[in-house]
Amino acid sequence: MLLEVRNLTVRFGSKTVVDGVSFDLEASSRLGIIGESGSGKTLTTLAIIGLLPETAKVSGSVTFEGQELLGLADRDFSAIRGNRIGMVFQEPLTALNPLMRVGKQIAQPLRNHQGVTLKEGLKRAMELCARVGLPDPDRIIRSYPHQLSGGQRQRIGLAIALACSPALLIADEPTTALDVTVQKEVLSLMNSLVAEEGSSLIFVSHDLPVVASITERVAVMQNGEIVELASVNSMFQDASHEYSRKLIQAARTSDAEFGHFTESPSA
Amino acid sequence: MSLILETRGLSRIFSLPRAGFGKERAVRRAVVDVNLKVEEGARLGIVGESGSGKTTLAKLLLGLDTPSEGEVRFRGQAIPLADMHSFRRQVQVVFQDPRSSLNPRMQVGDIVREPLECLNVTENHDTRIIEVITEVGLPKDLVQRFPHELSGGQRQRVAIARALAPRPKVLIADEPVSALDVLVRDEILSLLADLTTNLGLTLILISHDLSVVARLCDDVVVMQHGTAVEKGKTMDVFRAPRHEFTKRLITAVPRLPGTK
Repeated sequence: MLLEVRNLTVRFGSKTVVDGVSFDLEASSRLGIIGESGSGKTLTTLAIIGLLPETAKVSGSVTFEGQELLGLADRDFSAIRGNRIGMVFQEPLTALNPLMRVGKQIAQPLRNHQGVTLKEGLKRAMELCARVGLPDPDRIIRSYPHQLSGGQRQRIGLAIALACSPALLIADEPTTALDVTVQKEVLSLMNSLVAEEGSSLIFVSHDLPVVASITERVAVMQNGEIVELASVNSMFQDASHEYSRKLIQAARTSDAEFGHFTESPSA
Repeated sequence: MSLILETRGLSRIFSLPRAGFGKERAVRRAVVDVNLKVEEGARLGIVGESGSGKTTLAKLLLGLDTPSEGEVRFRGQAIPLADMHSFRRQVQVVFQDPRSSLNPRMQVGDIVREPLECLNVTENHDTRIIEVITEVGLPKDLVQRFPHELSGGQRQRVAIARALAPRPKVLIADEPVSALDVLVRDEILSLLADLTTNLGLTLILISHDLSVVARLCDDVVVMQHGTAVEKGKTMDVFRAPRHEFTKRLITAVPRLPGTK
């Protein structure tokens, strides 16, 4: 088992924001986490990678590649983050350093974890740019984030996350800030890269159709708890929890409405 | 059916800061030669990606921005009209994020009262506030609360109530559900659908989400780089898009597995 999360609980003061979350993730498998804002999706992933603010009280257990991550010293965690676990965040403009050329940012995890030189790192950054479908890597690596479009920035985010071939990629609403046409491109890119690398994926989103298009299993979160965890197919056929049923119903209504407009009735 | 809003050769060009000393100012053509005809009672969707000029167009329609070229006509008269209060009573707006569009220091009742006072609405304000709060499905006692005490859906209902308070004929909604959770989004869309039907409103709905427009609008305009690249009946445009960009937009909408 690549990742085992057991009874993960996060508290801020007297408020429990993640409440007894447990799930497993095998190597090369994919899990979606869905729920509305404030349901604890993001905090769950931040707890896994040890990026919660210091005021948070965390309990339970997170085992990754046989190693307990909760309570791990910052230095030891740094050896895992960006190396064995890659991360992509929602808003690439805030996730990237505005003062550093993107080539150097892509080279950073390689320099930190594989000890390559800046020159070698930049060379690898160019290869990574090509892999994430950025044209003209030569120019891209010399650009600052503000000089790139939203889609290009998120591709850079992916290049950084995947630089060290992580066993696990955590993507938190990676396409929410993007236009639909760009979202489609980034999703299909992420899909093929994760498959090529054989990485596992945790994909956090509020958007059920997006999650269903890229993962095999879905965990539905509400008020800090996982209220249902099932394969995408069985969830759609027969969701057991009322909240999951509501989510699916809302997605179906919207999908049917759109289908009604785009497909001719006789087809 | 009579024409209520119309744009003729509407353009808005922004000049950007100089790229450097002695360099020319670049310009951004946010809206380029847009010609729209909106009939009374129509429900028109404006779709496009970020930066396509949707919101600039909305601001021009509201008279919140001045066109560089062309004009907006309300019932045949070019805006700004001599009596802008009358125009604002008849054309109202709901913005994307109620957290920033509602004044955090004002109670809900006062937020809804503001347009009644500013626009010299003659009917009894207290009665109208309660009436419109109820109309958007909120409990009456909410009038004494502050926006931060409400949920996202409730806040957007307050924004809708404020827009409806002066009994407008046209409601312009700029991404009214983008900041909301899926289930809440559903409720607000139903509310907007009911309100437009019951009150005979003309709705101009701006959204990047095609399924939102499919659900609420009979007509659609597709914007790209400030230009209206395609317009027509929503059903015709979505079923048989003619413009390449419209086709790309439609195929990019994520669909559910196994539901055809």
